[in-house]
Amino acid sequence: MLDCTPQEIKERSGGKINPAKTCQPVGAMYAALGIHNCLPHSHGSQGCCSYHRMHLTRHFRDPIMASTSSFTEGACVFGGGANLKTAIKNVFAIYNPDIMAVHTTCLTETIGDDIPSILSSAEIPPGKLVIHANTPSYVGSHITGFANMTKGMVNYLAESSGEPKREQVNIIPGFLNPGDMREIKRLVRKMGIKLIMFPDTSGVVDSPMTGEYKMYPNGGATVEDIRDSGNSRLTLALGTFASADPANQLERKCKVPALTLKTPIGVKATDELLLALRNKFAREIPAELEEERGQLVDIMTDTHFHFHGKKVGIFGDPDVVIGLTEFVLSLGMQPVHVLTGTPGGAFEREVSAMLQEAGVKGRVKAEGDLFELHQYLKNEPVDLLLGTTYGKYIAKAEDIPLVRIGFPVLDRSVHSYLPVVGYKGAMRIIEMISNALLDRADRDASDEDFELVM
Amino acid sequence: MGLDSDLGLRASDLEFQGSPATLLEGRICYALDAKELERLLNNYPAKVKKNRKQHILIKDSERQQIEANTRTIPGIITNRGCAFAGCKGVVLGPIKDMVHIVHGPVGCAFYSWGTRRNKAKAADPKKNFLNYCFSTDMQESDIVFGGEKKLAKMIDEVVEVFKPEAITISATCPVGLIGDDLSAVAKAAEQKHGVKVLSFNCEGYKGVSQSAGHHIANNGLMERVIGQGEMNEASAKYAINILGEYNIGGDGWEIERVLDEIGYHVIAVMTGDGSYEELKNAHVAELNLVQCHRSINYIAGMLETKYGTPWLKVNFIGIQNTIDSLRNMALYFGDEALINKTEEVIAREAARIEPVMEQYRKMCAGKTAFCFVGGSRGHHYQGLFAELGIETVLAGYEFAHRDDYEGREVLPGIKPDADSKNIPELHVSPDEKFFSLKIPAERAEQLKQQIPLSNYRGLIPDMKDGSVIVDDLNHFETEELIRIFKPDIFASGIKDKYVVQKMGIPAKQLHSYDYSGPYAGFNGAVKFAEDVSAAFNTPTWNFITPPWKNKPLLTGTVHNA
Ligand code: SF4
Ligand code: SF4
Repeated sequence: MLDCTPQEIKERSGGKINPAKTCQPVGAMYAALGIHNCLPHSHGSQGCCSYHRMHLTRHFRDPIMASTSSFTEGACVFGGGANLKTAIKNVFAIYNPDIMAVHTTCLTETIGDDIPSILSSAEIPPGKLVIHANTPSYVGSHITGFANMTKGMVNYLAESSGEPKREQVNIIPGFLNPGDMREIKRLVRKMGIKLIMFPDTSGVVDSPMTGEYKMYPNGGATVEDIRDSGNSRLTLALGTFASADPANQLERKCKVPALTLKTPIGVKATDELLLALRNKFAREIPAELEEERGQLVDIMTDTHFHFHGKKVGIFGDPDVVIGLTEFVLSLGMQPVHVLTGTPGGAFEREVSAMLQEAGVKGRVKAEGDLFELHQYLKNEPVDLLLGTTYGKYIAKAEDIPLVRIGFPVLDRSVHSYLPVVGYKGAMRIIEMISNALLDRADRDASDEDFELVM
Repeated sequence: MGLDSDLGLRASDLEFQGSPATLLEGRICYALDAKELERLLNNYPAKVKKNRKQHILIKDSERQQIEANTRTIPGIITNRGCAFAGCKGVVLGPIKDMVHIVHGPVGCAFYSWGTRRNKAKAADPKKNFLNYCFSTDMQESDIVFGGEKKLAKMIDEVVEVFKPEAITISATCPVGLIGDDLSAVAKAAEQKHGVKVLSFNCEGYKGVSQSAGHHIANNGLMERVIGQGEMNEASAKYAINILGEYNIGGDGWEIERVLDEIGYHVIAVMTGDGSYEELKNAHVAELNLVQCHRSINYIAGMLETKYGTPWLKVNFIGIQNTIDSLRNMALYFGDEALINKTEEVIAREAARIEPVMEQYRKMCAGKTAFCFVGGSRGHHYQGLFAELGIETVLAGYEFAHRDDYEGREVLPGIKPDADSKNIPELHVSPDEKFFSLKIPAERAEQLKQQIPLSNYRGLIPDMKDGSVIVDDLNHFETEELIRIFKPDIFASGIKDKYVVQKMGIPAKQLHSYDYSGPYAGFNGAVKFAEDVSAAFNTPTWNFITPPWKNKPLLTGTVHNA
């Protein structure tokens, strides 16, 4: 497995080998699915749309609907205006969504299609909406695409009615699974605060089996809610990379103050989320949540010897990786390699600061790839790998247990339904990590060292 | 799934009160008639209706024409991919000992990494690069100032670390637009490193589907790889190539297991578990087998012209199809020992699997299927379904051409349109060094009367009257046609799979085999039967309706006052 990867690390600048990121449009498509009755539309040639739908479908094991402008060579020469207009007409006539969310691809960005001007002369049926986001794949990553489409929602939909702001909070959850979005909503509701979450893919890509197919499932943030987000007292952006931009845009556009927090993975980041809500809305944290927190800390203490001092490699999307790093540090583990494929100096600064504070010497890398992560591991082995399915090749090659968290997870199921965020999510992460480590210990134990109680 | 599990009743059976697509004297009834089809099409805007009408047929005994390989209308939710997917994803990707560099922004390379299940093993694991993904990861500055330098750099780095004999470069959408000259970069790299570097201008906007990319990739292999080896003749008897077999889920290995035993000598496979080293000597084969007609038939034709090797259409999906293919091959070589050995292996394999198949047949018989796949499987799987007693009531291809539906006789009449004209045509002539007629022309003509030598009749002739054939089936039609036919199983890809299952109907991915397989050959037929039976019989279908649905909240007896 991966037999060509040498231990010796050399600088490379020709591109990525085994990338740890993908392109903007897939993030934009996913964000758009978080609007109720919305059909994402990929403005480009149909291959991109097909690839993005396939990848999202594999991760969620649920239908992922999106249309495409189906470019041919002629459209590249003459511009894609005619294709997009035809697409808009056909989509509303045949698939009848309330709203279409158009994102661009590298093709349409390269030829420079001006989407707003195409939209201004498109036939959009009365009462229907078309929004857009520019998502050039040669900038950033799928996380950038998610942020850009969410920003597009703000640009097109959010409105401030000018009155005093209402007692409600906007939550921009970031590129998370619907199970995580549900858990964040539960926490905020338990605080007794009204919330608007957008995008919200819960109820869309985790829809139930009823024997009846609904092209637009019940979930998703409604257009009315996103509109009303301009009247909220506060926006919490969870995760700098996926959420800060749209939150700041909402602040600029509708004067809703934006506060960026970490993705609430682990005890500390969840504390910070609840504290922010407590401070801004003067609500006491309910006993029930405090009890959950106490249970989590109880588990962490009771099992610390399973984790303490163990070395971990973590990779994936920046917001999730930052949260995971902080959490494993609070378990006493040593994240010695922390890597994201998404570009960002802020990632390296934030993670390095965490490691430094904890006194851990580790390697932090933004815009990295899994080829180099593998090389790091060859030079400094770890006990555990935390990341996406793509880590399984390295895990097999180096015989390291892999716990799958993040996007995409293509070879296991249920991950999109159960949270990794909040106190409950932290318990789940502990369960996953300890299962991985202890199953490994059991597998490797000699008969005389094989323990009943661990 | 155990063989003795009882026939589970699916929720959809309860809802639909029996299957409306019933068979009567070989004709499918209660299905789609012209009026119903018209009603369906009337949901479309006029232009879409006019277009789609030509892509849908209700089979009758007349000779029928279908429109195919034309543009998908913008806004239509299609299953189709692009030329890049056909080139790098389908044809080049499986060649294990070449490093496949994707020149473009990161996405295209990322999605085509490890997702197609084209398996490969190499004697030297350092000569198998399939678990690696190479992308030049173009950034904005590369788009503005050109990406050639970065590409050249990547080749340097790849050569240093991976030491491949050969490299491919596939272009993605922006590359053609900004004018990067891939062949110039490739040429310079060849000179610099002394390795073969092939470049492919398979930008996603070329053609109308993956099919354009198959063409571009195959042309490149034809031009620059095949015939580059030094072999003059094969080192063993019965030398063959297998074309259009991609070893999904290990299909190719199951086929080769049987072929090896019979005594064939496989020179090269295009391209499942394929290798550059082997492909170079593909010219020495005495016969080319064509499994996937769509993706490779033109190469088969060129190989015949250039090296004098005829091709035989085979289908190793389904037991009878496999048997027929083996017999046709034996007939081609016409050697009695080979014919006898073929019969011996067939008899043994068939006897071995028949009792098992019989068990599964009991679970599947009487059911109906939709079979909408790629460019050949929409046809190939019908025989296997039929062997399980499952009738294919609707079939079609995502990106096939008219000849895949109607047979090769329509080829001369197909006029290239603007979209196919932008894919370079390759013209070949007999090779000075390696051309040799593998069988006398007269004997070839004779054989053509008996076996599909250089011929393919297409999907339509094999379908029953009253069944429906749809080209480039889209999401709207999928939903509507399922409501009309209520099939028991839907064979398609990942994008439809969960749509269909949400309706309570099992869906079988026939691109990726739902991560199972092999489905080819004898063992593959059993595996397929097992998987399809499991899809029908999983107890999970029984839980769709909660037990409290349609039950009154309060029950009890009302007493008279
Ligand atoms: S990188 Fe560009 S061409 Fe490739 S899949 Fe993404 S948007 Fe499409
Ligand atoms: S079998 Fe189908 S999917 Fe595979 S290459 Fe042929 S046409 Fe494409």
